[in-house]
Amino acid sequence: MNAMSLLPRLSPRAFAVWRRNFLVWKKLAIPSMLGNLADPMIYLFGLGYGLGGMLPEVGGVPYIAFLAAGTVCASTMNAASFEALYSAFSRMHVQRTWEAIMNAPVNLEDVLAGELLWAAAKATLSGAAILVVIAALGFIASPLALWALPVIFLTGLAFAALGLIVTALAPSYDFFMYYFTLFITPMVLVCGVFFPADQLPPLVQAIAAWLPLTHAVALVRPLLFGEVPAGIAFHIAALLAVAVAAFCVASVLIRRRLLK
Amino acid sequence: MSPLSVDGLRKSYDGREVVAGLGFELRRGECYGLLGPNGAGKTTTLRCCLGLTAPDAGNILLAGEPVPQRAREARRRIGVVPQFDNLDPDFTAAENLIVYGRYFGMADAEIRPLIPGLLDFAGLAGKENANIRSLSGGMKRRLTLARALVNDPELLLLDEPTTGLDPQARHLIWERLKRLLAQGKTILLTTHFMDEAERLCQRLAIIDNGRMVAEGAPRELIRASIEPQVVEVYGEDAPGWAQRDAARFSQRVETSGETAFCYVEDAAPLLAHLADQPALRTLHRPANLEDVFLKLTGRELRD
Repeated sequence: MNAMSLLPRLSPRAFAVWRRNFLVWKKLAIPSMLGNLADPMIYLFGLGYGLGGMLPEVGGVPYIAFLAAGTVCASTMNAASFEALYSAFSRMHVQRTWEAIMNAPVNLEDVLAGELLWAAAKATLSGAAILVVIAALGFIASPLALWALPVIFLTGLAFAALGLIVTALAPSYDFFMYYFTLFITPMVLVCGVFFPADQLPPLVQAIAAWLPLTHAVALVRPLLFGEVPAGIAFHIAALLAVAVAAFCVASVLIRRRLLK
Repeated sequence: MSPLSVDGLRKSYDGREVVAGLGFELRRGECYGLLGPNGAGKTTTLRCCLGLTAPDAGNILLAGEPVPQRAREARRRIGVVPQFDNLDPDFTAAENLIVYGRYFGMADAEIRPLIPGLLDFAGLAGKENANIRSLSGGMKRRLTLARALVNDPELLLLDEPTTGLDPQARHLIWERLKRLLAQGKTILLTTHFMDEAERLCQRLAIIDNGRMVAEGAPRELIRASIEPQVVEVYGEDAPGWAQRDAARFSQRVETSGETAFCYVEDAAPLLAHLADQPALRTLHRPANLEDVFLKLTGRELRD
């Protein structure tokens, strides 16, 4: 199935699915927000001040400011991935929520679009919360940083769509460990979150150039420093392509899994 | 127009034909039952009717719409009670109904006024704020029934609606389904409880190995398919007795463990003979749907 044959299957009912997830989140909003903030903040302050104290400037800025932009992207990626993996899997497989929804006039594609948009929205909230904290700490140069918000949302879409593919293939929750260990964690290390990617061997750099987190970092970091990123269209197109292609693959796989 | 008509339905999984040319047509306002042992193809048939599984062949018309092509539109006018509870455990009873109504494109302002009536119908009056995890199995099933009514459907599809419920809870569900029929709704029910089918269904189909083996009104099926009287004979010697003597007094005898089932037109000679057999206990009763079912689908286990 390509993107064109997917579109006619979508309806505004996807929004009802989004609202279902939002209503669940609302009940636990405060602990959920704090939980999402705690982990990246520990890394940001721990590494930013601890390691940063030993370093001269990185990329022309204090290390903690360099790390802040990377943290925004990494935690957006994590939030989208968790939602599209663990939470979506429990709704698909454990609680059979999707099955209940599809007994109403809602297609599988509506359900998946609702899940995708929800995971991206939740990831945006996560990324934005960190933006607020680092703005309060004075690491944001200009209002140009507001343009990071749509980039964060797009990053959320890309990783939510990739996560849905993994969910489609997962026999149980344990399966997700492979995805995190083999894909997400290495990506954090090679895509310029903790240190500039040009530190890495050329082969690793060449691989990293293909990874979606690289494109997110390439857009968000300059924006937070008050600069217009180079190659905006290219990086946006890359993230968009990942989101669309991964969503199509996930749709086909989940259709095969649930509607055979 | 029929709320649901199915014609020549076929579906295979891995080369095994689960539904093998099934056809039936519901009449408006009736309760139609699909009876069959486990694995007979009942749930697959329902999934095909809802457009959740694409059939290999056959035509389905649900609420006037061709399925699976226009399944989403057809499902606007359908209510479904699935075999497994899939209420939203994160929500209260009322939230479950609101959120479900939204899937039908209903506005919250449209759904809210319906909630007290729906909960009342489900015997859950005043339970708006009850947590799903605190409800018993019977309450959950009734809430699922209420959820299936949120869009005021013309046809209800119920997949084994009373499996796993205690007798009190089953009777309450039956009573509610009869009320819905009295309101003019059409019901398609799958079950393997014969008493349930006999009580509720105006017509039913017995399905085995994906094929229909009989269709009709329960009384009619019993009259047409089987001898009217059954004498069950119990006791250690029942199988031996059945081999020696039963055939002389019965049209048909089936033995299962230490019980012999004797199917007869006239039970009097058999009962007179059994009166002289003190080691055997007997139960004389009219034939029922279960006898028909077992005759048509056999006594061996299906799992």
